[in-house]
Amino acid sequence: MENNTHKLEIFRGLLKFKSNQTKIWGVLIFLSIVTTIEVVLGIVKPEILMNTFLSTKLINWIFIILTLVKAYYIAWDFMHLRDETSGLQASIVITLIFLIAYLVFIILVEGNYIYDVMYEGFVSWNF
Amino acid sequence: MSTTISTNIEEEDLWGGGKQPFKASYGKLMMWFFIVSDALTFSGFLVAYGFSRFKNIDSWPIADEVFNHFPFLHGVDAPMYYVALMTFVLIFSSVTMVLAVDAGHHMQKERVVFYMALTIIGGAIFVGSQAWEWKNFIKGEYGAVETNGGQIYQFVYEDNPKKRIGLENLALEIPGDRVQHESKNGIWFRDESTLPSFTLNEVVSGFKSNPNIVIKTEKIDEKGHKIILSREESLEKISQAKYVVEGANLVRNEYGNRLFADFFFFITGFHGFHVLSGVVINIIIFFNVLIGTYERRGHYEMVEKVGLYWHFVDLVWVFVFTFFYLV
Repeated sequence: MENNTHKLEIFRGLLKFKSNQTKIWGVLIFLSIVTTIEVVLGIVKPEILMNTFLSTKLINWIFIILTLVKAYYIAWDFMHLRDETSGLQASIVITLIFLIAYLVFIILVEGNYIYDVMYEGFVSWNF
Repeated sequence: MSTTISTNIEEEDLWGGGKQPFKASYGKLMMWFFIVSDALTFSGFLVAYGFSRFKNIDSWPIADEVFNHFPFLHGVDAPMYYVALMTFVLIFSSVTMVLAVDAGHHMQKERVVFYMALTIIGGAIFVGSQAWEWKNFIKGEYGAVETNGGQIYQFVYEDNPKKRIGLENLALEIPGDRVQHESKNGIWFRDESTLPSFTLNEVVSGFKSNPNIVIKTEKIDEKGHKIILSREESLEKISQAKYVVEGANLVRNEYGNRLFADFFFFITGFHGFHVLSGVVINIIIFFNVLIGTYERRGHYEMVEKVGLYWHFVDLVWVFVFTFFYLV
């Protein structure tokens, strides 16, 4: 059907592939590298990354950012979002980012609050 | 936006049908609708997990200490390796799916068949791995005791707190066990759940007679390690034990907070169900490709649509992997 409508460059044009197939293998290698970094970090747990930053450990922020990077490449290259119109891209991504960010913010703040209540309250939870 | 009234010809064009919004076909757009709503369902699950975790931030189980099995490596502490392997399997089956879609664009039936078959095998391996993971989780390895307040006490060696001791090595054999109550006995066809292999009395007396065993609590110190009590504190705490816990179910589990097992079952179970249905849909499409349905139709868009779903399952696993096993 659409033979040469694929956009073949990733990393903002830094890497351009000759065909759609080589691009797929390239993205696989990239995703594998990112996953390997995650696993190695998770096993080694470098002491320097265990410091708290913005209410969780630094290493957790690295995991979350790497996850979002992986999600971007899965959606953009495996699910062909790169080849769709910008309108379709925006209606999928903005909807999800807005709703999920809101949900995460409000529910995690609430969870933290309940922790505080239980921690500072006069009720013993250890019996 | 233009404020002029459009001409009749343009209106006919717009309302006459045959237009594709976003230049994507109906089926693909509907698949995207489904994916977006399903993504919200999964984020609801994961955020609920985050809620419970933040609520119990100082006592949540550490994933590395729970998921540390690897096939054929019994008793070896292998955190994360197995889930990492599962992740690679799923990413790889995602790649074969894209290759099948790509082959479909070129109308190469043989290659579509080949890559679809690889995708199905990858999905089946993943579901099997998840079943094995569940089996280990449900069976448990060491066992623990639980207090009335729902605290889990695990047992470790005092001189080597990393090494845990299983109940079978700890408990003292005390004759005169009670048997499981079954619905065929007694009145009113009530029964009870399976009794643990050891009674509380056996575990507690075994603990008291073993001077080098101490209790590992649920609580986490500032460094992120579980707090281990001294022998005197342990002897004091063991008197509060109420139940012997082996493995995990929806009520209690030997790993720590009760909600941890519930979320494990619900999130990985919901995801595993998606993978399973993905495999089934892939098989249907695979046979359709085999009998040449899409060859006659003139395009392989069905493969592309089921591919979208399959990649979505992979995408969700990336997040489950991060939030359940890494963070």
